Amino acid sequence: MKRLMSALLAAGMLCAPMAIAHAQDAGASKAGQATSADGGAPSEQAAEKGQAEIPHYPLKEPEQLNWSFAGPFGRWDIEQLQRGLNVYKNVCSACHSLNLVAFRNLKALGYSDDQVKAFAAQYTIKDGPNGDGEMFDRPGIPSDYFPAPFANPEAAAAANGGAAPPDLSLMAKARAAERGFPRFIFDIFTQYAQGGPDYIHALLTGFGHEPPPGLKIADGTYYNPYFMNGPALKMPPPLSDGVVSYPDGAPETVDQYARDVAAFLMWAAEPHLVERKATGFVTMIFLIVFAGLLYVIKKRVWADTPH
Amino acid sequence: MSSHSSYVPSSGFMRWLDARLPLPRLVYDSFVAYPTPRNLNYAYTFGGILGLFLVLQILTGVVLAMHYAANSAVAFGSVEKIMRDVNWGWLLRYMHANGASFFFVAVYIHIFRGLYYGSYKAPREILWILGVIIFLLMMATAFMGYVLPWGQMSFWGATVITNFFTAFPLIGEPIHQLLLGGFSVDNATLNRFFALHYLLPFMIAGVVVLHVWALHVTGQTNPTGVEVKSSKDTVPFTPHATVKDSLAMVVFLVVFAYFVFYLPNYLGHADNYIEANSLKTPSHIVPEWYFLPFYAMLRAITFNIGPIDSKLGGVLVMFGSIIILFFVSWLDTSRVRSTAYRPIYRIFFWILVADCLFLGWLGSKPPEGIYPALALAGTIYYFGHFLIVLPVLGLVETPKRLPGSITEAVLARTGGSGTPAGAMASPETEG
Repeated sequence: MKRLMSALLAAGMLCAPMAIAHAQDAGASKAGQATSADGGAPSEQAAEKGQAEIPHYPLKEPEQLNWSFAGPFGRWDIEQLQRGLNVYKNVCSACHSLNLVAFRNLKALGYSDDQVKAFAAQYTIKDGPNGDGEMFDRPGIPSDYFPAPFANPEAAAAANGGAAPPDLSLMAKARAAERGFPRFIFDIFTQYAQGGPDYIHALLTGFGHEPPPGLKIADGTYYNPYFMNGPALKMPPPLSDGVVSYPDGAPETVDQYARDVAAFLMWAAEPHLVERKATGFVTMIFLIVFAGLLYVIKKRVWADTPH
Repeated sequence: MSSHSSYVPSSGFMRWLDARLPLPRLVYDSFVAYPTPRNLNYAYTFGGILGLFLVLQILTGVVLAMHYAANSAVAFGSVEKIMRDVNWGWLLRYMHANGASFFFVAVYIHIFRGLYYGSYKAPREILWILGVIIFLLMMATAFMGYVLPWGQMSFWGATVITNFFTAFPLIGEPIHQLLLGGFSVDNATLNRFFALHYLLPFMIAGVVVLHVWALHVTGQTNPTGVEVKSSKDTVPFTPHATVKDSLAMVVFLVVFAYFVFYLPNYLGHADNYIEANSLKTPSHIVPEWYFLPFYAMLRAITFNIGPIDSKLGGVLVMFGSIIILFFVSWLDTSRVRSTAYRPIYRIFFWILVADCLFLGWLGSKPPEGIYPALALAGTIYYFGHFLIVLPVLGLVETPKRLPGSITEAVLARTGGSGTPAGAMASPETEG
């Protein structure tokens, strides 16, 4: 209740001056017009008006999903992460690198040492130079990192219509749709930190809609109302029902694939997330108990001193 | 410190040391026997909290520096290495990054507390000015620290902010190049920013020593604004202030820990998880939240004023918004120190707080549509507060009747009478 009150107080404090400023602004913008007319730059105003008509991206807000790793006691859904790895390996990795994740990290997904070794060995890693100064290919070992599908960003861009597919290692932390006021205040209390995976899921499931009439979609781009930086992007719809087979019986649908790969990418971006929240719980308990003890001592020390 | 020392060495060794280097005496006089006003509220605990955070930032920072590589080719990767492979690296980095934010939370509360209770008024002008210098050093340190992870916002924030200096005629370009070590933000910039980011906190620590020294010469203010008149008005620092400050610190740490463990990226920007790319400009370049009010003022000036073009105008306004704090001691004409006894100024004070929050919100908005005009209104109000409200209101306002002493104010409020029980805890009986 107190939290709500303080949030409301903060909201009120922001809104009151806004109303005043709105009133003041009428005068201020008139003054601004006068100066710009003096400076002979009426086109600036036209530009400003033009800008105001540019729609705000993303056109649609990502849906907020329930993630197993959300909240103070969040945990990975290990099976989901394994399915997500499956989707990454069979679909995303054709174009997107995962440079910061090593095969050894996959042990966190519930795989044994032998399974990780076998998984790594499926990949061919360029190593060297050897004693003769030659580069050579060898099977991957657990200390190797996921190899990138393209040799360099230029090659990646050339093969993908001019836009290099971004590395996915940090994608779940590097993307988030804007949470305007006052939602970003409520997010503190609800611990909403899943903007990244929500965005990834929304983007992957957001293809195939009809663009609104009048919206021009450039050739070679695909309309997606959830895309952050415009109405359409160069990535073609990557998923379709049944494209990856799940041995654990989970539904083989675009929606399920998108959820699983988004969870997997959250793990890839923040592998210590669960450890962090668990440590946080113990730390919070310690600090709150410590604060309680200090409060009792403080009461006693000041008992005889009106203040 | 200004009062006579009551330290009595307790052992032969301490007597020997006291005759040669009276460090224990200094500590005793400053942090044990030091008389503090008995009516300090929790707003007065933020000085101690800031000290704690300075230490916390230096400790986490030194360890992070052991793993960080200040080279534009590997800096981003070395930070991720800290996050993934260094033992407790994620904790160190999240503590350091959020620690900077909470450092600013505490310093803003500390500054507004000073403004509310008139802590800048004679004889504490030097104390206040030293505080403003610390604030400036903090801003420089935080800005350079934000560049080190070499993400998109690091790079473009550095590009935008260093670009301010080119607004100054003649000296602007040379300063800009000296700051960057070249013509644009690059490896040379990263290297010098890292060196300076490591140096400045120790300069802050030096100025903090002067700040605390000045504080201990004049003594603290208190919510009544009435100076300490007798030993009945004060309690010894230990245990009274020690335990109260400790409680406030731990409660503040609870909030800090909540962000570190549950919302570690809430106060940061998602774009900083994309490696710096000099060919791709982010759609909106925004600084960290604690610079947003200043950023809004910078962008509020969208028009030329005579020979000053809008860019230089914005830079002057932004720097002016901090420079003006140096003169607050002389801009305020009121003879009453505490806002608690200034009913009209109290309203203006809270409008200033709201104005700063409003400017902060505007700073996060793109500079289009109605926002620059709103920012201009907020900026005009900010300067109006210091240049018009403070000098004029002090002359025309009728303050409330001041209490005769701190003790009188305290007893009037707590309903005590006769011999104050607090006398029991006064320095001469305890020290």
